[in-house]
Amino acid sequence: MSYVVSFILAIVSYMVIDNVILSRYFGICSFIGVGNKVKSAVGMGLAVTFVTMMAALVCWPIYTFILVPANMGYMDTIVFILVIASLVQMVGFFIKKKSISLYKTLGIYLPLITTNCAVLGVVQNNTAYDFGRSMANALGTSLGFVLVIFLFACIRVRLEGANLPKAFKGVPIALIVAGIMAIVFMGLGGIIDLGSWGLI
Amino acid sequence: MDQKPSKARIFLDPLFKANPLFVMVLGTCPALAVTTSFESAIGMGLLFTFVVFCSNLIISLLRKVIPDEVRTPCYIVVIATFVTVVKILSSTFLPELYNSLGVFVSLLVVNCIVLGRAEAFASQNTVVDSMLDGLGNGIGYTWAIAAIALVREVVGAGTLTLGKVFTFIPKVTLPILSGYSGSDFSMAIPLFKSSAGGFLVLGFALAIIAAVNNYKDKKAKEKARAAKAAAAAAAKGGNQ
Repeated sequence: MSYVVSFILAIVSYMVIDNVILSRYFGICSFIGVGNKVKSAVGMGLAVTFVTMMAALVCWPIYTFILVPANMGYMDTIVFILVIASLVQMVGFFIKKKSISLYKTLGIYLPLITTNCAVLGVVQNNTAYDFGRSMANALGTSLGFVLVIFLFACIRVRLEGANLPKAFKGVPIALIVAGIMAIVFMGLGGIIDLGSWGLI
Repeated sequence: MDQKPSKARIFLDPLFKANPLFVMVLGTCPALAVTTSFESAIGMGLLFTFVVFCSNLIISLLRKVIPDEVRTPCYIVVIATFVTVVKILSSTFLPELYNSLGVFVSLLVVNCIVLGRAEAFASQNTVVDSMLDGLGNGIGYTWAIAAIALVREVVGAGTLTLGKVFTFIPKVTLPILSGYSGSDFSMAIPLFKSSAGGFLVLGFALAIIAAVNNYKDKKAKEKARAAKAAAAAAAKGGNQ
């Protein structure tokens, strides 16, 4: 199997089939919390994409070339979370300096991203793969995050007007909608036989 | 002025009234991810309790030392240290548990409850209070995820397996919604074990809690109204 094909398949599988929110349960807090505004959902998604890509880019070399040779693989979680926290901080400063309007759209989500499991989850997972595949994982995961958080926000806008039982208003119906979305995404699992490509 | 809550309240409130999962809806990622098996959920709860207890203890000890501007990175380092301790201990002594939880042990670092308790409680309260708060939140979260896992495992697999993760107890499989081993009878709904099942079970659990709370509120309001009417009637009677 050529490397390019495996790269593309990894992106597609992480984006749709093994979706980060609906099948791996990463980042549900921000998924539920971002609510029913399509614009802020997309903003959050883009900010997560950016930080995940940067974190994957920085953490993989640190783990492979510093922690493993120094025989300190057990320090991975501490190092990764520090890298992510400082990255988020720096990205905040940078955006603020360069474009104040972008900061106003993305800035409020930045502190939330440190505690988004998607970022740490991807980086932690990547230690088992090579560099190209790690970047594919990061890209696929973040695209999957954007896709689902956008669809979900659109659905929640429609739910606003729905006549729900009082007890289901708010978070409960959001979770049930997410469950139904997960069933839909499960149906996409048959498109690619991941096992035959050696991806699982 | 707010009265300082008693020690008992600090410990007992997170168990039910301010349950981190069912009332605050925090820490949902592990609550959905590790709840396909009852035992893994209990194991996750125990590891979580250890982390939140220890990090609350250290952060409340250091609360006067940590500068306000850099407090979040400091808290994260303390939490990450204890998560690493938990990772090393569980992979050595309970490797089955460690393998079944997978990446979610590392993800305890970014669990909103741990950081939330550090930020909201341990950074402002005494050491003993913070320890009680950590213990209460840990136990409250443990029973909440254990309850979800019980439903998901029993309905999803039809059986309840014990002793698979905690290898020090003998392994038993209790057939609850299925026949004894060998028979084909099963009322299990495998959907509950899949990822969609987690969302549905938690969604319905939260809806039930909301319904109970709404009912209680309604009752309380009716009672208040009746008391008011009675008082008004009594006052009227007194005037005449």
